[in-house]
Amino acid sequence: MAIDASGVKKVAKLARLSIDDAAVEVTAATISSILELVDSMQAVDTQGVEPLAHPLDAIQRLRPDQVTEENQRAQLQSCAPAVEEGLFLVPRVIE
Amino acid sequence: MQWETVIGLEIHVQLATNTKIFSGAATAFGAAPNTQACAVDLGLPGILPVVNEEAINMAIKFGLGIDAEINKVNVFERKNYFYPDLPKGYQTTQLEKPIVGAGHVDITLADGSTKSIRIHHAHLEEDAGKSLHEGSFNGEHGMSGIDLNRAGTPLIEIVTEPDIRNAEEAVAFAKKLHSIVTTLGICDGDMSQGSMRFDVNVSVRPTGQKAFGTRTETKNLNSFKFMEAAILKEVERQIDLIEDGGTVIQETRLYNGDTGEARSMRSKEEANDYRYFPCPDLLPIIINDSRLEKLKAEMPEMPDAKKARFIADFDLSDYDAEILSADQATANYFEATVRASDDAKLSANWIMGELSRSLNQNSIAISASPVTADMLGGLIKRIKDNTISGKIAKEVFEVLWQGECSTADAVIEKKGLKQVTDTGAIEAMINEVLANNAQQVENYRAAEKDKRSKMIGFFVGQCMKASKGKANPGMVNQILKQKLDG
Repeated sequence: MAIDASGVKKVAKLARLSIDDAAVEVTAATISSILELVDSMQAVDTQGVEPLAHPLDAIQRLRPDQVTEENQRAQLQSCAPAVEEGLFLVPRVIE
Repeated sequence: MQWETVIGLEIHVQLATNTKIFSGAATAFGAAPNTQACAVDLGLPGILPVVNEEAINMAIKFGLGIDAEINKVNVFERKNYFYPDLPKGYQTTQLEKPIVGAGHVDITLADGSTKSIRIHHAHLEEDAGKSLHEGSFNGEHGMSGIDLNRAGTPLIEIVTEPDIRNAEEAVAFAKKLHSIVTTLGICDGDMSQGSMRFDVNVSVRPTGQKAFGTRTETKNLNSFKFMEAAILKEVERQIDLIEDGGTVIQETRLYNGDTGEARSMRSKEEANDYRYFPCPDLLPIIINDSRLEKLKAEMPEMPDAKKARFIADFDLSDYDAEILSADQATANYFEATVRASDDAKLSANWIMGELSRSLNQNSIAISASPVTADMLGGLIKRIKDNTISGKIAKEVFEVLWQGECSTADAVIEKKGLKQVTDTGAIEAMINEVLANNAQQVENYRAAEKDKRSKMIGFFVGQCMKASKGKANPGMVNQILKQKLDG
């Protein structure tokens, strides 16, 4: 499987990445070579093998339902470009 | 042409945990913006989610409550998309291996028939934050405000099979689901605060056709009424469209409950591609037998079982039992009232009548009723032992509601409402009424026997009026008859 220039542009858009037009072809070739690797792995017979959800053979630890996080709004908002009335401000979004 | 509607629902239920699904930040409603959003909820670099045990337990309880399989190994995945109220750039949710597998919810329809609605699955996920478009920041700078307090709140998303055939069934299903999650205590059920939100998938097809029509999805309906209205409107729109030679296109629609208007959401330039993959930060959740057994033992009586018990133990009608068992708070209130009054039928009538009318008028939840179950039980006792008539009881109820007194006995004492059951006093009153209405007495005695039973109502009314409603109506009737028919 390979990815072409338009595929790269689409994925870049979905991932909100900006790629220079000049770099598109190179990126397509690089990603295609990764996909080739995936293709060769697809050749392995996985019949009867349970899909792997996580490489670690461990069980998720659970946390008791107790509040441990105090309000740190001032500190957490200190790195935000714009805040008002406690809200993070972003360019207007309306559906 | 005859059309058949096909409906499937997706319901987001907010779990009543104290903290978020992946962080120890509080989930309390109404906090100041971003005061309950910690580094994990904000998706800052270097964070690691840790799963809230209670969210897992609540999802399992839901599964047990709808007879579903519980998937003992379930996996969280990342659903990738960009929106300002989702700062991580992905929602942690479940796709391939949800915690709750196939189950069913049985509904009762208005004609008394029952129908089983299949549940495809239910999965755990985190809620996103909220975007606010109204504020000083909006006009001046053309900005939106983001409050991430809700980000990370645990949800279960319940997905039905397309088994629902009309708006009535959809509402019955939604109410039943509400009843199940509140009975389980896994959701506060407060729809006005978004604790339950419905997405409705609607399509129509000619009656008899097997293949489904093209469906649309109307998102985020937060009341039973809006859901019903949105379905009716969408079904009508689709049928009109097809009958006019058009075709339904698969799209997401919005319904505004306040204006009753529906519209298509701006179609996205590019179809969403969520690029799901297992979340590398979270290991698979393994549910062992001891957890399952422990939760099974904690399961409360479910609404269907409760309804059956109300019918068997209290001799209630199917209709009364359905209403009184629908939510935990009402059921508890009813049972406490029966304990206090020792009369199930009167308790049922008062709760579904006077009490629910007052609660609805004042938008008060039954759990916060100013007239407690003990107070209502005490009032019913006095109706039963003939201390007061049903009519006076309504006055007593009103005084209790206003909070002037804390028991029915105190109201009766204070207002002098005790029913007159003294034969002598009633006789004297009747004599006076008869003396004042000599003409009517004459008419009565001249009338045919079979007409008299109607005419006596006039005298009963006069006597009740003279006693200000305090005379025992049964005694008045009896003594009047003796005197008139004499």
